[in-house]
Amino acid sequence: MAAIQSDNHGLRLFVRYAVLTLIAVIFIFPLIFMLMSSLKPDQQLLTDTESLRAFLPVGDISLDNYFAAFRRAPVGLFVFNSVLVTGLTVLLSLAVCSLAAFAFVFIDWRGRELLLTLILATLIVPFETIAIPLLLISANLPWIGLEGITRGWLNSYQVQIVPFIADGLTIFLFVQYFKDLPGELIEAARVEGASWGQVYRKVVMPLAGPVLATAAILKFLAMYNQYLWPLMVVQQEAYRPVMVGLQYFFQLNRAWGEIMAYLSLITVPVLAFYLFLQRAFIASIASTGIKG
Amino acid sequence: MARVSLSGIKKNYGGVEIIKGVDIDVADGEFTVFVGPSGCGKSTLLRMIAGLEDITGGTLTIGDRVVNDLPPKDRSIAMVFQSYAIFPHMTVRENLAFGLTIANAPKAEKDAKVAEAARILQMEHLLDRRPSQLSGGQRQRVAIGRAIVRKPGVFLFDEPLSNLDAALRVDMRMELAKLHADLGATMIYVTHDQVEAMTLADKIVVLNAGIVQQVGTPLELYHRPANLFVAGFIGSPKMNFLKAKVEAVDATSVTVGSPDIGTLVLPKANVAAAVGDAVTVGMRPHHLTLGGAQDITGRVVLVERLGNETLTAIVLASGQQIIVALPGDIEVMAGQQLHLATQAERACLFLANGLAA
Repeated sequence: MAAIQSDNHGLRLFVRYAVLTLIAVIFIFPLIFMLMSSLKPDQQLLTDTESLRAFLPVGDISLDNYFAAFRRAPVGLFVFNSVLVTGLTVLLSLAVCSLAAFAFVFIDWRGRELLLTLILATLIVPFETIAIPLLLISANLPWIGLEGITRGWLNSYQVQIVPFIADGLTIFLFVQYFKDLPGELIEAARVEGASWGQVYRKVVMPLAGPVLATAAILKFLAMYNQYLWPLMVVQQEAYRPVMVGLQYFFQLNRAWGEIMAYLSLITVPVLAFYLFLQRAFIASIASTGIKG
Repeated sequence: MARVSLSGIKKNYGGVEIIKGVDIDVADGEFTVFVGPSGCGKSTLLRMIAGLEDITGGTLTIGDRVVNDLPPKDRSIAMVFQSYAIFPHMTVRENLAFGLTIANAPKAEKDAKVAEAARILQMEHLLDRRPSQLSGGQRQRVAIGRAIVRKPGVFLFDEPLSNLDAALRVDMRMELAKLHADLGATMIYVTHDQVEAMTLADKIVVLNAGIVQQVGTPLELYHRPANLFVAGFIGSPKMNFLKAKVEAVDATSVTVGSPDIGTLVLPKANVAAAVGDAVTVGMRPHHLTLGGAQDITGRVVLVERLGNETLTAIVLASGQQIIVALPGDIEVMAGQQLHLATQAERACLFLANGLAA
């Protein structure tokens, strides 16, 4: 009996690994293709796509495409812009949205249900529908900078950051997580003399690691992949992010090797960020049932 | 330490009155237990004292201050919750010192008070552990320790032993009684467990449906319940209730009778009942004995042997079932006919409106 059970267990394990390996391969092959292609000249790259050689570092391998990509576009500047815009938006978003969710869940005030419903309703509004009004508003907003008060946010970092700090999805994630925290912890802190600010800083946020990781990753991906909005509001190269920078490679002579090199370069920050937070991200999905 | 006074306290939820004008006085240093069935409003009352629920009407005084509108931190209270509510991301030491940290107390003071609380609760060796590394009993001790550290005027306990297993509950009950004796602090304790109420309390407040049913010492409530609800709630197994009619009343006794109990003369003075009135006679299972006067006769339907006593369910002629607590080593079995004697002087009498006669 024990032997049969152990055989079954071995078989189940084998099937499980086989399925997981297949899924991993499906997800990782495009990345391998991108990396391998970035090392090959265009001619070979195109012929290799007819065979499995496309996924192997064979033939005329070099870093020439990377040098060419740097010559064609200011890759460093674009990556810097994207990391700056994305990083600041993520940090500000976590702070603002968690505070909003805290007020919605823990503090009793008139109209909170209605306001939360309205915020959640924004989840079903596609960005494209508000893009033009947002553009018109942004073009006329005042800003206090080193040059004093100026009007119009176009061609700036703030126009890429501020509109995305507060969003329904991030608030929703925090609200759901906070609702699952035991209410007695909050009440105990209040009885012990903690102000709402201290409850937020000393009790709620230290327990919010998993949802912070989830919200950070989702926000990071959304912001890093921004294309339409920066295309509309940024005309100057100095503020251009990576996705808009891709245009530099779709000129008359399309250089696929350079495109792959550029894509490989701009993928690095995303992978690094995900790997940094993946443990907490997976824990969060497992515990709250939120799908990434 | 402080006195707590509730005067005409009311609580409404969306137009529904949950607490209906409660008056209670808790003396300085007294251990008062709020007891009642689920939904009776005892926890709500405690949370109103703590400042976690708004007070709809009435006056709440702690010490000599009216605290109706004060936040919890200004009421000189500490609360121990059913779920312990200790902070999982902090060590035991940090949990104990939480209130003092919030108040920016000097480190030396914090260390001294934490050490004192740890000594009282015998958990010096646990100070650097996290809550996840503690057992249920140890967690509850941390929660109590956190309350001790702040030296509050009033300790509030909201069913603190409900999550513990039976053996641990007995141990913790004794520790709480000892803690009260050592600290001499005012304590208000909410429970639905009448054994906890009877063993811990100086004074018990029995609540039902948001109304105080009776306030008294444990033995007062046991021997002289004010109404049928208190009589049925206090005591385990619960009191037997038998319908009867008043047959005679004089200055020192009342005679009642029914087919089940025959005629019973209860030594009760000045009973406000007239001959012919329907009444209920209450008899505790422990106040019925075998043999003797043979007041009650019935057939055994169920026997529960507990070792120290034998709980026996008996069906009377009318079909009503009563419980009798017989000695542990007695030989009874289902189907057997039993003759029981009542202790008339210990029986309770309730009028048709449910109040004690």
